[in-house]
Amino acid sequence: MLTKRIIPCLDIKDGRTVKGINFINLRDAGDAVELGKAYAEQGADELVFLDITATVEKRKTLSDLVKRIAQNLNIPFTVGGGINSIGDVAVLLDSGADKISINTAAVKRPELITELAKGFGSQFVVLAVDTRFDGKDWLVYLNGGRTATEIKTLDWVKEAQERGAGEILLTSMNHDGTKNGFALDLTAKVSEMLKIPIIASGGAGNSEHFAEIFIQGKADAALAASIFHFGEVLIPDLKFFLKNKNIAIR
Amino acid sequence: MIAIIDYNAGNVRSVKFALDRLGVESEITADFEKIKNAEKIIFPGVGEAASTMKFLNQTGIGNLILNLKQPVLGICLGMQLLCKSSEEGNVQCLNILPNEVKLFRGQEKIPHMGWNQIFNLKTNLFKNIEEGAFVYFVHSFYAENSQFSIANCNYITSFAAALQKDNFYAVQFHPEKSGKIGEQILRNFVFDV
Repeated sequence: MLTKRIIPCLDIKDGRTVKGINFINLRDAGDAVELGKAYAEQGADELVFLDITATVEKRKTLSDLVKRIAQNLNIPFTVGGGINSIGDVAVLLDSGADKISINTAAVKRPELITELAKGFGSQFVVLAVDTRFDGKDWLVYLNGGRTATEIKTLDWVKEAQERGAGEILLTSMNHDGTKNGFALDLTAKVSEMLKIPIIASGGAGNSEHFAEIFIQGKADAALAASIFHFGEVLIPDLKFFLKNKNIAIR
Repeated sequence: MIAIIDYNAGNVRSVKFALDRLGVESEITADFEKIKNAEKIIFPGVGEAASTMKFLNQTGIGNLILNLKQPVLGICLGMQLLCKSSEEGNVQCLNILPNEVKLFRGQEKIPHMGWNQIFNLKTNLFKNIEEGAFVYFVHSFYAENSQFSIANCNYITSFAAALQKDNFYAVQFHPEKSGKIGEQILRNFVFDV
């Protein structure tokens, strides 16, 4: 049976992880590659590396890091953060990335999704959407959630699928950081509406939240950062918990 | 030396990195002599079937593959191109394996993306791999099962997760991205088939 995926997300700055890490037995806990390998050994199904570097040297640093990750990691990984052009993507593919995630650049120029899907294949293109509920609609936000738009999330993800996106990484800003659980209704609605897989993100606080997002939320995968990094939820324990709930887990 | 055929398809480098991790010497190459003289050959691939077949026919790589006598391992699109035909662009493929490649049709998500189990494992390619082992898949088209199936998988329907005929082996999943199980399968291809 196809299993639900558990995906830790690592924030990267200048080639190093930025969030606090509780792993023991790591030679260098700030090293993204070491941390990625530790997660892979714990049973993570995929990894997302989100680059938050803001320097001109960025592309070179990131492509070097992606190459080191690809050399050392034996599970699939996605690279995201400030990807703007076909050129950015070609460098990352050539360095060994399995998938890239795009967000703001795709909203500003939706043809980018089409071009990337045609050039590299849909399986390579993850569309990341940051969204907030305004009391009436779920709306798309840009630039890491700092810039509001009037674009409705349900319209945007549908267009992204039609343009060839291979997956949607859906982050609810209302839930992100709360540790009160994922956005169940929104995720279920998007998952039922689309043919492509949905990665739910934002709000994970405990194992029960993962069970909810897979059952009620109908997500294909669930992403979290801090609860894994701080050891609040350990991936082997989480997977054991979900298996006992009869959820398909590797 | 293992030759990884370089033919304008994505994900070639991941296969090379995986072999590097196993300490196996390999080279990504489009050089016909190097490919012909390699001990074993990996035919990887991510991409679209019809345009890739056109490329293989135009460059003569297709014909080269047909005449290889040493063990060959097709991966993902590489497996599908070894089959008879594909619904992706309605194209005739290399026809080394008589299987037809079809589009998944069903209510489930497409592509079939993620970790799934493989069963009915045959040949040394799956030496020391347990029934029901998990491997990583990403595909919207699948090869139908046949007498040449050496592993199958269930998603919407039962399909061929791996095929073998003579010196040609093929896997639909990505061993280079399938954790320790995938590493064992690659090791088996290198040392035991």
